[in-house]
Amino acid sequence: MTWWMWIIVALVVMGGIAWAMRAVGQMATGNAPAFRDMPFGVAYGYVIGVAFLAVVVWAYLQSMSAETAVANKFYFVGRAVEGVIMFSIAAYLFRMLGRAVGTYWTRKMFRSMPLTAAFGILVMLIYAFVAIFAGLLAPYGQAEILPFANIVPGGNPALGGDPNHIMGTDQIGRDILSRLIYGAQNTVGIAFVTTLLAFFIGSSLGFLAATLGGWLDQLLSRTVDVLMAIPSLIFALLLMTIASVWAPQLGIPLTYFMVLIIAVIDSTRVFRLARAVGANIVVMDYIEAAKLRGEGLGYLVFKEILPNATAPLLAEFGLRFCFVFLTIAALSFLGVGIQPPLADWGTMVRDSAAFINYAAFAPTAALPPLLAAGAIALLTVGVNFVVDWMLQKTSGLKE
Amino acid sequence: MTDQLLKIRGLKIEGRSDETWNPIINGVDLDLKKGEVLGLIGESGAGKSTIGLAAMGFTRDGVRISEGSVVFDGVDLVTASAKVKRGLLGKRIAYVAQSAAASFNPAHRIIDQHTEAPTQHHVMSRAESTADGIELYRKLRLPDPENIGFRYPHQVSGGQLQRAMTAMAMSCRPDLIIFDEPTTALDVTTQIEVLAAIREIVEEYDTAAIYITHDLAVVAQMADTIKVLLRGDEVEEADTRTMLSAPTQDYTKSLWAVRSFERPRKPAVVSGAVPVVSVRKIQASYGKIKVLHDVSFDIHAGRTVAVVGESGSGKSTVARCITGLLPPSVGEIAFDGDVLPGDYRKRPKDQLRQAQMIYQMADTALNPRKTIGQIIGRPVQFYTGLTGSDRRRRVDELLNQIELEPSEYFNRLPSELSGGQKQRIGIARALAAEPKFIICDEVTSALDQLVAEGILRLLADLQDKLGLSYMFITHDLATVRAIADEVVVMKEGRVVEQGEKTAMFLPPHHAYTDLLLSSVPEMDPDWLDNLLTERGIDNIGDAAVDKM
Repeated sequence: MTWWMWIIVALVVMGGIAWAMRAVGQMATGNAPAFRDMPFGVAYGYVIGVAFLAVVVWAYLQSMSAETAVANKFYFVGRAVEGVIMFSIAAYLFRMLGRAVGTYWTRKMFRSMPLTAAFGILVMLIYAFVAIFAGLLAPYGQAEILPFANIVPGGNPALGGDPNHIMGTDQIGRDILSRLIYGAQNTVGIAFVTTLLAFFIGSSLGFLAATLGGWLDQLLSRTVDVLMAIPSLIFALLLMTIASVWAPQLGIPLTYFMVLIIAVIDSTRVFRLARAVGANIVVMDYIEAAKLRGEGLGYLVFKEILPNATAPLLAEFGLRFCFVFLTIAALSFLGVGIQPPLADWGTMVRDSAAFINYAAFAPTAALPPLLAAGAIALLTVGVNFVVDWMLQKTSGLKE
Repeated sequence: MTDQLLKIRGLKIEGRSDETWNPIINGVDLDLKKGEVLGLIGESGAGKSTIGLAAMGFTRDGVRISEGSVVFDGVDLVTASAKVKRGLLGKRIAYVAQSAAASFNPAHRIIDQHTEAPTQHHVMSRAESTADGIELYRKLRLPDPENIGFRYPHQVSGGQLQRAMTAMAMSCRPDLIIFDEPTTALDVTTQIEVLAAIREIVEEYDTAAIYITHDLAVVAQMADTIKVLLRGDEVEEADTRTMLSAPTQDYTKSLWAVRSFERPRKPAVVSGAVPVVSVRKIQASYGKIKVLHDVSFDIHAGRTVAVVGESGSGKSTVARCITGLLPPSVGEIAFDGDVLPGDYRKRPKDQLRQAQMIYQMADTALNPRKTIGQIIGRPVQFYTGLTGSDRRRRVDELLNQIELEPSEYFNRLPSELSGGQKQRIGIARALAAEPKFIICDEVTSALDQLVAEGILRLLADLQDKLGLSYMFITHDLATVRAIADEVVVMKEGRVVEQGEKTAMFLPPHHAYTDLLLSSVPEMDPDWLDNLLTERGIDNIGDAAVDKM
């Protein structure tokens, strides 16, 4: 039988198990509503969930059984499972802490917080901490070149490691752990500044377009349409290429250009959102009341409209931050983003991408690119958890 | 008892907020026989709709039935399985919602939604159900019954849609229909048509019904028995005539008394006095559509002019012209004898201050992110320049004027207030400007009768104290009777009649005024019958308007 035949058989068997599970549940609980009104699809979903969990547990046990020196297919599954469990426990404890200490409002907020949101906030706090105190935390400098290149992570001399460089060193001998820590400062910091700038440009123009309407709205909206019609990464690459010629002539670091270019490109999305949200608020009677009172444009935009638009804008801020972050990583990977010797996660992935090939023989050797990529992925997931939670909260408020 | 259809015993319902379950309904009993119509009345928040939905074994999200039983024809809907309920709902129990416009799926034709339940329940084939639907549309006196079902919901009017929804509820000939405020959102002349149609069809098919409303006069026409609710508790229940003539509980009596509020007559206007606001032959249009034709009227100091008319008659457009949001194309508006610039942006701050507005929907008229102190404080600061503790003192004074305790309400958000309190804040915001003239745009139409009466009394008191002039836009003639000195009746952008209130409520009237007056339900259970025998079913409501 081919593999897809096996999949069909497995799905059918699971369907049978689901049906039996529901029937047993109905009998055992004396037809309790939970089992009685359970649609088959839901029962099937439970069985698939349990099967998936079983596979994860099995893979984790596999990763435990073999020795680390030998190539182990399940090595990364094992580490991932451990990481998720550790982070979840940490998030749980963090939420408990939040519920116990703080003001009335923060405690109330933590009480209604799902675990995923606590996870996201914890991740963001850790990143912020690492970024701010990078200089103190990192054992070496980000551009410091040590005499030993290509040390394998793990710190085990028998396997080509070095206890002084837990994460090893890269091909020209820079400490990877230090570069990861500094990377938080560069990548996250620059992404944050870029997103703030994008929001400042996008939302102020968007609200202006919504409030004034007319030709200004047409002009801004059509300009944004044109900018959005060009694929953003290609457009950013194009502009960065131009900027890389200008930067040395003008004596301005290329990074400044990058921040500005990404901010402008991303502000088009923010503009769209701010204009749509603003247009809904502008038609409210309280705006009409303020207009009839004779209030100026500044008061209307910042005192009447903005407070009502913060929830969707904040949610968008979280998502936009991730996109900006990924764009910077992508540009760095392509070689036009953050310039060496500054440490940046995107560049680190590119520089050590070749190591991924060694995963089949020595899993630890493939760690450097995966750690940088994992750092990006973890922050993206964390931010999205928080954004989801905020969206849920704001949609609940509207009821 | 074999004809017992619905039996609710000890029904307790809880709603979840702030992570605890709070009671909404505290043990209500309800009995309904076959073919009987029960009226459920009470203020908003009394739990009328919650009971109505619970009678179908259904609760909204975040709400649960914690105790009690809802037995429909021998089946307890609280414990019944989803499958059993699916078999009953739509087929034997149907529901007519308040807003038909929001309850119809705009992407499907009316008849396609009509035939869904009968085909789903295998009562009729699609073709049979379509034919039956046309028959029902004819019985409900919808115009062009053969074709109206083949339109989309946005292509028919609100009153027609409400009747189409009643027809849809009837499609399986259910034993029980729950009407949840089916006429609240309609004009009086449309309401009377829908009421007559609903009553006729309910009688013809001997359907039992629970009729939920906050309008006593409406329920008096529809129900055999009336149950009064207050904050989740039953106040009393009696058959309609007993309830209307001899209510036993104080709360019920207070509900009944609301309709009696009427202000004493004011002396006539001194001839030659300069009116506060003078609307002189204005015309206005939205794009190319002309909505106002030569509208003129005067509002004198300390008096209330009610502008009456149905939706689309142009009464709100007049308000937009006076405030300057829609500059009139022809004609002018004078304030204290001075002609105002048409566009509000060209008016000086003091002119803007003199004319204030109170809105219909207090929910959208108050910025939800600002506290009451900020909402009232801003116009105080903006117009009078008071800041800090002076401003605070003035806001407290205004809050006292609208009968709200300053220390308690100053820091609250609008979402923490009830509908009536929000409307009071709207009034305070208008008063903060110290105006001479206030436009009240349907200020009581979204409120319950008791609350609305409180607002009307407050406005009347403020007028006496501060000498304000009001322009009162409304479609409710009971409100007019309560508060107005003069009345302007509008239809299709024209003034059809105007004059002193006392004269307006006495014959002879203009035919349209007469129709408006006669369409207001009265507290007499025979009122609808009498009107129908007097005029015939084809001469009431919108049908009569069309004939004019």
